[in-house]
Formats: sequence, structure tokens, C-alpha cells
Amino acid sequence: MDPARKRRARLVVALTVAVTLAGALVYTSFSSSTEASTPSQVMRASEPGRSYELTGKVVDGSVAREGEALRFRIRDRTGSASVPVRYVGAVPDPFREGREVIVSGTLQAGTFVAERDSLVTKCPSKFTKEQER
Amino acid sequence: MAGVGAACLFVGLLCALYAVGAGLAGARSGRRELAVSGRRAIYCLAGLLVLAFAILEAAYLSSDFSFALVEESSSTDTPTFYKVTGMWSTQDGSLLLWVLLLSLFSSAVLFLTRKSLREITPYATAVLGVVAAFFLVLMVAWESPFDSIAAASVPPDGRGLNPLLRHPAMMIHPPMLYTGYVGFTIPFAFAVGALITRRTGADWIRATRRFALVAWTFLGTGILLGALWSYTELGWGGYWAWDPVENAALMPWLVGTAFLHSIIVQEKRGMLKVWNASLIVTTFVLALLGTFLVRSGILSSIHAFGASTIGPQFLVFIALVVIGSVVLIVSRLDSLRSEARLDSLVSREAFFLLNNLVLLAIALVILWGTFFPLISEALTGREASVGPPWFNALTTPLALVLVLLTGIGPVLAWRRATLAGVRRVLAVPVACAALLAVLLLVFTNAADSIPSFVMFVLVGFVVTVIVQEFWRGASARRSMTGEPFPRALGRLVARNRRRFGGYLVHVGMAVLFLGVAASSAFLKQRDVRLAPGQTVKVGDYEITYREPTAVLSDDREATGAPITLGATMVVRKDGGQTTVVRPARNFYPTRDPRKGVVSRYFEGEANSEVDVRWGLRRDLWTAVRPDISSLERPIAEADRRFADVGSSGLALIVGALLENYRKNPPPATFRVIVSPLVSWIWLGGALVVLGALVAAWPSPEARLRRVRSLYSARLGRELTQPHT
Repeated sequence: MDPARKRRARLVVALTVAVTLAGALVYTSFSSSTEASTPSQVMRASEPGRSYELTGKVVDGSVAREGEALRFRIRDRTGSASVPVRYVGAVPDPFREGREVIVSGTLQAGTFVAERDSLVTKCPSKFTKEQER
Repeated sequence: MAGVGAACLFVGLLCALYAVGAGLAGARSGRRELAVSGRRAIYCLAGLLVLAFAILEAAYLSSDFSFALVEESSSTDTPTFYKVTGMWSTQDGSLLLWVLLLSLFSSAVLFLTRKSLREITPYATAVLGVVAAFFLVLMVAWESPFDSIAAASVPPDGRGLNPLLRHPAMMIHPPMLYTGYVGFTIPFAFAVGALITRRTGADWIRATRRFALVAWTFLGTGILLGALWSYTELGWGGYWAWDPVENAALMPWLVGTAFLHSIIVQEKRGMLKVWNASLIVTTFVLALLGTFLVRSGILSSIHAFGASTIGPQFLVFIALVVIGSVVLIVSRLDSLRSEARLDSLVSREAFFLLNNLVLLAIALVILWGTFFPLISEALTGREASVGPPWFNALTTPLALVLVLLTGIGPVLAWRRATLAGVRRVLAVPVACAALLAVLLLVFTNAADSIPSFVMFVLVGFVVTVIVQEFWRGASARRSMTGEPFPRALGRLVARNRRRFGGYLVHVGMAVLFLGVAASSAFLKQRDVRLAPGQTVKVGDYEITYREPTAVLSDDREATGAPITLGATMVVRKDGGQTTVVRPARNFYPTRDPRKGVVSRYFEGEANSEVDVRWGLRRDLWTAVRPDISSLERPIAEADRRFADVGSSGLALIVGALLENYRKNPPPATFRVIVSPLVSWIWLGGALVVLGALVAAWPSPEARLRRVRSLYSARLGRELTQPHT
């Protein structure tokens, strides 16, 4: 093969590989992503078995332990619509009533059943000024 | 003093702007004295920022709460170490640290290149000035670290440093990362200078290569320290979570790794010029993006940052850098032609290119995943995100290919490798890897996880390739010079620092990957609720919760926590020897006035002090989450009855409550992790740093060569150009 054709063949192969990989990237990310929703959205949509990423604030006075599980309610960041959550697994250190959290799971019979260890607390750390004074 | 600090920043901004103007004017007009004054303006900037930094540090050390920043992030009872480092836990203070480091690095590189690269340096000075000016404007206009509190309302005490950040690694980690981010600004600035002046040879690379390597090392160390902090401080037991901010630091590191490899090709073969310029631009933009992500709050993460005022400014700056760089590269394409062509796909340059592509692919995957919430919202209107499983699934195969390339690339010949040559260098390593695979299959359960098994074999391959390189080099030297083997080895490394330092880095990365592969696939973890006396079995370990501990003002790590609740646990391995582990949890008081005086001690921040038993074979990691719900009623009662008791009285009351907890311990929640080979991650990281040091250390021969070439270059110039 003459060098020019060889280079073109290489380019075609490289581009094919790149496009395939990019396609895989886009496809897998959309198919395996979980949607972030507020409590009111989850309550409204409430498709059972569908996986959501619930974000909101932990309702004051709602945290209770029930054996292995932790029960609490998450409310909309603005507003009072809230959903009860049942969670098992590691609780991040900054978890507290009134804090913003993210937890993944499914809605089952009116309760949001969280996946194990999926709780993430947005910590008020670093670059924000603490609200409480 | 706050006024002086603010003035330093303002005058510093003027210096930076002057450096930009003088650099550009000097380059345009060819008047050297202008370019020199621009360089001196950068020195001046560094001096001013050192002064500003010193003023702020002095305020922290003396707990001067008239500085708003000190009041926010320190307090009189904060341990001294955390007073010193409290500055960079704040937005404004970390910006100051960023630009201070930038000015120091800039001064260093401009000093080192003061007698060379006369065409490029003035432009580089201007670029460095622009970057410094941007950060200074942010501080002068929006986020001043020198905001002060009016004398009348200076509080008696500060709010203290966030307890989560009270960890040695966390305090060294931000300066390391910033040093890395900032360090990549240097090659970027020189690349821009080289492009503008069309002096696109390898000169700018030689002048800044070492800075890029140092930046890369710091950034990598910073990332690793962040992982170590996560492992020992966050109480979840992992070292990597694909958190947006972790990703933000990893991306420039990956692209910087690609850059460090491909510049070798440009130096040796005069190829990949467009590629290298693009890579350093990308690295710098990703470093800016990392700095921006931490401050913008656009992505939610553990580092979550809340409202910040400087997000838009960052985006505008990043956009300008991208547009400017692309225009510059495109307009210079004609001077960026390769001096050579790729002769064969089986050559060192081809493998370097391949390694580059894999590194970029990993960076792209991470970029896509990190910004996926924004992409998804823009395309579908729904905010969705991808989790760690997605990142793991996509990066694992790429990481395997990368490790394989690490083994093959460096031993191939430049231009075109012959089959016989390949066979000669790879026969022994391939045989060793095959033997390792058989041994692993027969004696261990490594094949339970296919990716990990493949990784183990590849790591074996890479390590044997490199050991063989060391051995061959040293034997050849010994037979040539008659030196004894150890000395031949030492001299070999000393004479070829880049090459053998690079090999050490490769071994370190292989060891690190070994640790990641083993600990991610074979860790055993239990979350369990135990009453005193109960036992849990994790792997080969039987762990018994013997008794609770509760101490006042005496936490192990000296983070200043008033209350520490913990557990004493007895560990028995295979029914054999026993050890005692003591995980605990520190409670930091809140100043929330809505809480009762006693509740404040229990309802503030709380933070795990995990107990890690490090081992070469495996770590035993334990954390405890004490249940203080049984104390709720006595605490509420104490709140009512002792609402206005003094602090010594409070100590007594809290002491009594802790005694109550110790006497009637409720079950506590534990997390126990047995994680194999996790220490190898840190060992591998240390080896990488060592290798990078070897590679970056100037060798006497190289210095001599440099001096000679400088001299001959100047002589050449003087002979061809008439004096002006």
C-alpha cells in the first residue's frame, strides 16, 4: 500500500473507534443515569419501581432510628411538600436535620426506599458561610 | 492591618497589569528593558502577595477576629496547626493562596529563563500577568480575604474551623492541588508565547518541562492525599467516589500525564506540535475548571459549596482562554507542521500517541460523567446523573489498556521496532506474567473478579519489564566500566534520570493500580448494630464490641473536640492473636442559640475518628456511630435546669451525661471493612513521587549541555545579527 492510502486507512480506523467509543459513552450514560427529583416531583410522578435521585432538605424533627434502618422525611428546598424515606447503610458525618441531602432509591407504597449507602449530604463546608449564627 | 493587606492586593493587581502591558509592548517593540521591567513587576507581585499572606497568617495565629475571614474559620480554641491552615478552608483565603503560588512559580520560571528564550519570555510574562490579574480582580472586587469587622462588633471568639477539615492530609491537600493547578500555568504561558512568536520548536518545552513535571507531581500528590483523607476521615471507608471535585482534579492530571509523554516525542522527533500545544491548553483549562467547580456550586457533591458570587466570572475567563487558544493554534498551523512522519505503528512514538489517546479517553469519560447532570438537563430537560458504577465500568477497560501500554511503550525503539527486538525485550516479561497468571489461578481466588485478575497479571508484566530494563542497563554498564553492580545501577540512574525516573513512576503507578484492583474487588464490609459483648465476623476477623468509651476534651487526633464517644473492640483473627481497636466519634459544639446550653454540645457537627490498622496484606478499618438517643431526655432536662450555669458547671454536667452513656450503653452502629492491599495505593503513590523527583532533578551533564547550547546560541545570534 502506498503511504497516502495507508494513512487514510489508519485515519478511518481511528475515527471509527473514536465514534464507537463516543456512542458507547453517550448511550451508557443516558441509559444508566438516575434522575434527580424533588420530593413533590416524586410524589406527583410516583411510578413504582422507577429509580430516582431524591434531593431536598431533611425535615426538622423527622429523623428516627428503626433497628438497622434510619427513617426521616425529605422536603422540597422551597416549600413544605415532603416524602418519608427509609434508609439503610452508612450515614455521612454531616447528615443532620435541615441539611440538604441526595439519596437514590424507588418509591414503594408511599415511602421512598433508598438504596444502601446512597445517602450523600451536601456539607455546608469549605466555601460557604455557615447559616446558623 | 487588614487595610494593608487589601492595599497589597490592589497594588499587586497594578503590578500584574503592568507586567502584561510591559511584556506585550516589550515584545512588540523589541525593547528589552520593557520586557525586563515586566518580569520585575512579577517579582514585585510575588513580594506583595507574600506580605499579604503573612498579614493574614499573623491574624490567624493571633486570633484577630477583626478579620472577617479569621472569625469565620478559626477560633481561640482551634489547635495551632489548624489556625495556620484555616485560611485555605475559605473561598477568599484559598484564592489568595492560589495567586500567591502562581506569583512564586512565575517568578521562579522567569528568573530561570531570564537569559534565554528572549522572544518567548515577554509574551509568557504577559500571559502569567493576565492569569494573576484575573485572580486578583476576583479578590479585589468580590471576595476580599481582608474584609474587616468594625471594632465595636468584633466577636470575642470565632466560629472555628469546620471539624471535617481537621485532618492533617486535608490541610496539606489544597496547597498541593493548587501548586499543581498553578504549575501547569507555566508551560501554558510559554506555549502561548511560542505560538505567538512562531518559535514552535522544542525550546519552550525544554524550558518548562520541569515545571510541568513538578506541577504533575504536586497535583497527583494532592489527589492522593485527598483520597487518604476520604479513607481515614469521612467515615465511609472508601478512597474514591467519583465526586465532581475529585474528578475535577483528576482530569487535568490525566491530560497533563499525556502532555508529559507526548512532549518527549516532540523533543526527539519534532512531531505532534499541534497536539502538544492543544494538550497544554486543555490541561490549563481543566485546571481552571477544577478551581471553578469547587467554587461555583453548579454540581452537587460532598464538597458542595453553596452560593458563590464568582462563578460567572470564572466561566467568562475560561471561555476567553479557550477561544483565544483555539484561534492562536489555528492561526499558527503552518508553523506547527511535523518535522517527521510516523514511520510504523510498532514504534515508541506510536505507542506514546496511543497512550495519549487512552489518557484522553479516560479524561473525556470523566468530563462527560461529571457534567452529565448539566448535559442531561440541557438535552432532555431532566436533571439526571451517573453514579460510580458507570464511571467504574467505563474507566476500568481503559485503565487496563493503559497499564499494558506502560509495559510495552518504553522498551520499543523509536521510528520502527523490529519483531526480533520486540521479542528480545518482551519474552521474559510475558513468560513471567503467564507464570503469575497460573499461580494466581491455582493458589488464590483472584479470578473471581476478571478485571482485577487481568490487572494483577498486567502489573506483573509491567514490573518485570522495568526490572529487566534496570538489570540490562546496569549489566551493560558493569561490563563496560567494570564497576560493581550496585554502583553501576546507581550511575546508570544518575546519568539517565528522565528515563529511569520515568520507569520508577511507572512501577509506582502499577503498584497503585494493584492496590486499587485488589481493594475494590475483594474488600469485605459489614454495617452492623452491636450491643456490648456482641461479636461480628468480617472475613477472617471476629470483632467483639467490649465496652463504650466516653471522654471529655481529650480526642486522640487533637482536633479540639470537647466530646469523644467511642468503642473498645477486641479483634481476633482466625481464632488466634487478639488486638484492640478503638474507633470513636468526635462531637463539636454548635453556637446555634435555638438549642439549649447542653444540647449545643451534642447537636453540632460530629465526625468519625476511624481506627485503621494498616497492613501490607490488608487493612482493618473500623468506624463507630454511637447512638445518643438514650441521652436525649437527660439532655433536655439539663437544658431546662442549668440554662445559666457557667462553663465549668457545664463541663461537670456534660461529664455526668457521658458517665451515664458509659454506664448504660445502648447498641452502637459499626462499619467494619477488611480491605486487601489498600496500603499499596499509598506506597505506589510514594514511589511515583520518588520517580518524579529523580526525573526532575537536574543532572550535572544536562546543566553543562544547557550552558554550552545557550552560549553557542548567543554566539550564533551575535555573529548573524548586527547589534542594535
